[in-house]
Amino acid sequence: MKDERALSAAEVNNVIKSYGNNTVVNDVSFTVAQGEIFGLIGPNGAGKTTTIRMMMDIIKPDSGDIRILGESLSEDTKNRIGYLPEERGLYKKITVLQSLAYLASLKGIEARLARSRGEELLKRVDMLPHKEKKVEELSRGMGQIIQFLVTIIHDPQLLILDEPFAGLDPVNTELLKEIILELRGQGKAIILSTHRMNEVEALCDRILMINEGRTVLYGELAEIKSRYRNNSVFLEFDGVLSEIEGVVGKKEHGEYVELFLDGETPPQRILEHLASQGVRVNRFEVSTPSLNEIFLQVVEKGR
Amino acid sequence: MNKTILILKHEFGQVIKTKTFIIMTLAFPLLALIAIGIFSFIQGIEKPPAPGEEVTIGYVDEVGNFSGYTEQPGEPTVTLMGYDTPEEATSALLAGEISQYFIIPSDYVDTGVVTRYTLERELEPPGEIRWAIKSFLLSNLLEGQTSPEVTERAKAPLGLLTIRLDETGEVATDQGGFGALIVPLAVGFLLIISIFSSSGSLLQGLGEEKENRVMEILLSSVSARQLLTGKVLGLGAAGLVQVVIWLLSAVFLVRWASTTIGGFPSTIQIPDNFLVLGIVYFILVYLFFAVLMASIGAIGANARDSQQLSMLLIMPAWIPLWGLFFFLNNPDHVVSRILTMIPVTAPLMVFVRLGTSGIPTWELVLSISILIAGIIGGLVLAAKVFRTFLLMYGKRPRLGEIIKSLREA
Repeated sequence: MKDERALSAAEVNNVIKSYGNNTVVNDVSFTVAQGEIFGLIGPNGAGKTTTIRMMMDIIKPDSGDIRILGESLSEDTKNRIGYLPEERGLYKKITVLQSLAYLASLKGIEARLARSRGEELLKRVDMLPHKEKKVEELSRGMGQIIQFLVTIIHDPQLLILDEPFAGLDPVNTELLKEIILELRGQGKAIILSTHRMNEVEALCDRILMINEGRTVLYGELAEIKSRYRNNSVFLEFDGVLSEIEGVVGKKEHGEYVELFLDGETPPQRILEHLASQGVRVNRFEVSTPSLNEIFLQVVEKGR
Repeated sequence: MNKTILILKHEFGQVIKTKTFIIMTLAFPLLALIAIGIFSFIQGIEKPPAPGEEVTIGYVDEVGNFSGYTEQPGEPTVTLMGYDTPEEATSALLAGEISQYFIIPSDYVDTGVVTRYTLERELEPPGEIRWAIKSFLLSNLLEGQTSPEVTERAKAPLGLLTIRLDETGEVATDQGGFGALIVPLAVGFLLIISIFSSSGSLLQGLGEEKENRVMEILLSSVSARQLLTGKVLGLGAAGLVQVVIWLLSAVFLVRWASTTIGGFPSTIQIPDNFLVLGIVYFILVYLFFAVLMASIGAIGANARDSQQLSMLLIMPAWIPLWGLFFFLNNPDHVVSRILTMIPVTAPLMVFVRLGTSGIPTWELVLSISILIAGIIGGLVLAAKVFRTFLLMYGKRPRLGEIIKSLREA
């Protein structure tokens, strides 16, 4: 048997999908390693959901190759993926536990095990008292948490979460983030698909940014961020700011100023200089653009 | 376990637990049971008049010929008492000596009109009284004209008994008539009702899963083919349970009714191949509707939208009902034969014909073959439509798009 840990959780190679003349996914490739959180990022209509549906074998790509844990797509690979669709929904007329058990059994989990796993998970999110309630009796947020439990009940090695935080209140958002990090700790691969780029920034290890079906950015989040750095620092201070060597420009932002560096002087030097000048520094931050800003920059450049 | 079987079990379990299903399944046998019970109860309390009871009827003979046969035997025994004038008869009636009287007018032989006077308010003259008066008149009229035996026969000249012979000249087991029609016709109706409710559940289930987006989760666990197969078979199995309960209770109830009630119920017959045909047609027609309904369910934007589309399929199935009177009288007409062949109208038509003139074997075989071909064609269609449109939410594809996707698939 192959060492599963060594395999990438998902491998997508040159996938193309078009509907009529409209190419929805155009030659997209990426790999997701085990134990990482991978951001699939792009605006609405970029082709994220179509890519995911192809990974789930719900729709077939026109060309290209998809492998899950080293295997090409089959009924078995479906059992190893947990999928939280963007369009949420559960059976309204049956109880929470019945829903969990039935949907888990369709993922190949034996019925009794499915029930006990279901109870375990409900306990984890403090919803065990609701297990005999029908989904229609629960609040929207609770329903979403149940839906998330459906995604992880069969202990999948790869999780695909499409807009997982949409419509969640802050408390449940935190709960969900906590569980996601917990799962990463267990070595699961997690794909977060979202158009709210800033929301997942803190979570992702690597990202794939797509727009209009094409890859625009792909790689380590930290690396991408440093690549798109403006080479400036944010400064909030008390006192008088004199000329600083290495600073070529200055922009007032009200509360703080942005200092543009010449590209050779490291930010550390600026801070040292300020300290020696006796300026009281309230905030000193190397500016890193948000994913939103990076996206806008990349798209601008592409035009 | 196989995922198709899991879906089958789930759908089956969900349907047979619904109130509608339980009520529908038990309602028909229970109603029939109650009807038979009430019937035999009424028959029990409606006791025949006590033997030896006598009724005295007065009459005024204005012709002058009616004087004999004043004792009419029967239940009750009727005694006729002659009076000279209507006034005398009226006072005898008011005094309670007679219960009623009638006047035979002088022109009776020409007109045949007899006027009857009574104190009772009644719907129509009681049969025994009518029979007694008729017998009294006839006996007096034919007095001396013919033998007493002929007179008796003239009172009831026809007791028509029809016997159907089969090809060999032997008395046929299936004697036809309303007794033979009633069970197949009722079962034909029930069959259609069950087919519609089963395939309707399929349609509604798909619509709901589309609406509440469970569809996407299901398709991320099973293939569209597994989902379709599991659903069709699961709901079909539930419908089959219903139909078998109905068929068996029909057989049981008819036997019971014919022994407890007698009369018309004892003439009710159940065709030999009835159970088998009932089950075969349920399965085939259900499958035919189910695959088409599944396609409609995939295309429709939501449950309500699908329901409207499905009317296109359901309406034609009732055609045999619209023309029921015609088809009952002309079961072998060319239109009846054609409707037996069309999958949508076949179930009702087959049972209408089964209850009237019967269906030649070759027609049954042809009808079943066409149904099977229809199912296979429907499956091919459904498989294509299903995958393409199942995840399209909120809008129904235009006809052009559907045709295009069928060609591309």
